[in-house]
Amino acid sequence: MSPARTVRLVAAREISTRARSKAFVWTTAVVLVLIVAGSALIGFLGGKEPEPLHVLVTDDITATALERAATATGTLVETDVLGPLAGAPNLSDDDVLVGLAPDGTVHVTVNTEVPSDLGPTLTVMAQQQALGAAITSLGGDPAAVDAAVLSAQPAVTTLEEPTKGPDLGASILGQVVGILIFVAIMTTGQMVAQGVVEEKSSRVVEILLATIRPAELIAGKVLGIGALGLAQVAAYVAVGAGSANAFGLLDGVDVDLWSAAGSTLVWFLLGYAIYALLFAAAGALVSRQEDVASVTTPILMMLMIPYAVGISVAPWDPTNTLVTVLSYVPFFTPLIMPMRSALGVAAPWEIVLMIVVCAALVALLVWVAGRIYGRAVLLTGARVPLREVLRAR
Amino acid sequence: MTRLELRSLTKSYGSRRVLDDVSFTVDGGEILGFVGANGAGKTTTMRIVLGVLVPDGGEVLRDGHPLDAAQRRSIGYMPEERGLYPKMKVGEQLDYLARLHGLDAAAARAATREWTERLGVAERLGDEVQKLSLGNQQRVQLAAALVHSPEILVLDEPFSGLDPVAVDVMSSVLRERAAAGVPVVFSSHQLDLVERLCDRVGIIRAGSMVALDTVEALRSGGAPRWRVVAPQAPAGWAAAVPGAHVVSEGPDATVVEVTHDGVEQQVLAAALATGPVHELARVRPSLTDLFRDAVAGTPHTQEAQA
Repeated sequence: MSPARTVRLVAAREISTRARSKAFVWTTAVVLVLIVAGSALIGFLGGKEPEPLHVLVTDDITATALERAATATGTLVETDVLGPLAGAPNLSDDDVLVGLAPDGTVHVTVNTEVPSDLGPTLTVMAQQQALGAAITSLGGDPAAVDAAVLSAQPAVTTLEEPTKGPDLGASILGQVVGILIFVAIMTTGQMVAQGVVEEKSSRVVEILLATIRPAELIAGKVLGIGALGLAQVAAYVAVGAGSANAFGLLDGVDVDLWSAAGSTLVWFLLGYAIYALLFAAAGALVSRQEDVASVTTPILMMLMIPYAVGISVAPWDPTNTLVTVLSYVPFFTPLIMPMRSALGVAAPWEIVLMIVVCAALVALLVWVAGRIYGRAVLLTGARVPLREVLRAR
Repeated sequence: MTRLELRSLTKSYGSRRVLDDVSFTVDGGEILGFVGANGAGKTTTMRIVLGVLVPDGGEVLRDGHPLDAAQRRSIGYMPEERGLYPKMKVGEQLDYLARLHGLDAAAARAATREWTERLGVAERLGDEVQKLSLGNQQRVQLAAALVHSPEILVLDEPFSGLDPVAVDVMSSVLRERAAAGVPVVFSSHQLDLVERLCDRVGIIRAGSMVALDTVEALRSGGAPRWRVVAPQAPAGWAAAVPGAHVVSEGPDATVVEVTHDGVEQQVLAAALATGPVHELARVRPSLTDLFRDAVAGTPHTQEAQA
């Protein structure tokens, strides 16, 4: 039987048993619901799309004139053409009826008073009509004057380079990417550690290793859990990007969401590979679930440090030296570099270089963690000292 | 026919030597009982056969050639420390193990059905292993060792924890596999079972084989012992007979070990001199006696080994 088939069988077991576990299904579902609900809430509260003011008009000419005035004042107006009216219109409480007389007078009919946010628009409309009438009477073309007025722009000369503070959208995106990668690597990595200890504590590892090689077992486990984690992260990213789009969170925000999503997935994969191998080797050192924490704590600290620095500094100061330096430390890169990418301060050469460095680190860890795992996984006892494992022949 | 051979296995942990030149052979169709006190090296030996442990010296051969990874895969193994995924369903678990041993999906499913039915756990196929009683978990463990039609069986304490019905099922399965030409090695502390099932018995003490022969040969080996029932004999009556050595003396009977045949007649004469003699019978040591002697290191079985 080929090693590839063995690894595939092991990975398939990891995926099928974990994907069906209630904890996994519920966690994923809850996070997805939270992402959608959060986007909806931000979209709703943020009010990126204010409700248009509803105005009744007598005819299409009035509608056009009103809309032009609304554009000039930056007000969102929606018109509803009623057609010519005979007698007093029947208006409900906050209805506004606007009619343009042939002489250019703007007639506004309301029940009690003109809504305050519509006032400037109506004033501008009246002024435009008056201006138009004046231009016509002077023998000019009101449309040509309008066009000239609209295209007039001040000429601005900048004396100094603007200090580019982080864009709000990029800053939020950087935080979201940082949190997502950290949480994903931490949960999947601990899944690997617990999976290794589960096999060791239930002693099933002995019949497994009487059948397949330690390298095949750990490769299948890391790949299976990794595939599952990748699917989970991809689902979070896709649903997050989709709902951010749907609820208008990206309107007017200058971020490249899809490249951020792609970089998140790449750095998750590299970061997961590095930490999963560390967690696997650490898990092999203990025989009981209660002891897992004692060996995984140092690894969790390694995850926490770059995350804490990155999330608390980078979004407000993307070019911070500490952040930049930490993003070159291979174990920290997968947590910080995607944040810098999302903030738009990572140069392409940095990204490519660190992808290569991290891939090399993964190759090295496959060897080191594979040896530690292979030697420690069959040794029982409270805890196998790492020194003993490394020294063994 | 498959033949499993262990040749001069040695293994040390640090300065502690746990196996010292352990060799034995199991032919196809043969059941070898492997007995020894706790810590004598049984489990270490079996783990080396399975490749789970690497010996410091010696090798494991199949039909005269060192076992390779593919051949190890054809061994059915039941480790002393039982192990299954506690949260995996019985059926899925056996399917998975069968497929890891190289069976395709359909064959794995069929084998899982067959063995769970034979071992009486078929109705638990859909249950998680941790929900089964300990006895049923043992049966699943045995099914896990058998589900890939192994060509060699290595079972560490397969009878421990089984109820009498399961012991019978297990015994018949071992006999049947042996009859199909599979070499079978198992360790056990239940010596009556070993005596009943095994063609040959190997006794290991402190990492060395101290006896390896058929039960019959082991029992008839060593100095002959005789049991004498002479109710009126005073204590120490047999001590004066040359070539005789009193093993045990009690109100009911005296057991005497003699250096060679014929001495028992002098023992009888000595007994008759004290009064009536009701019985004079040859005593064959039970496997339990042999085991006790072997473990204690008395010369009885070491002579038997020669």
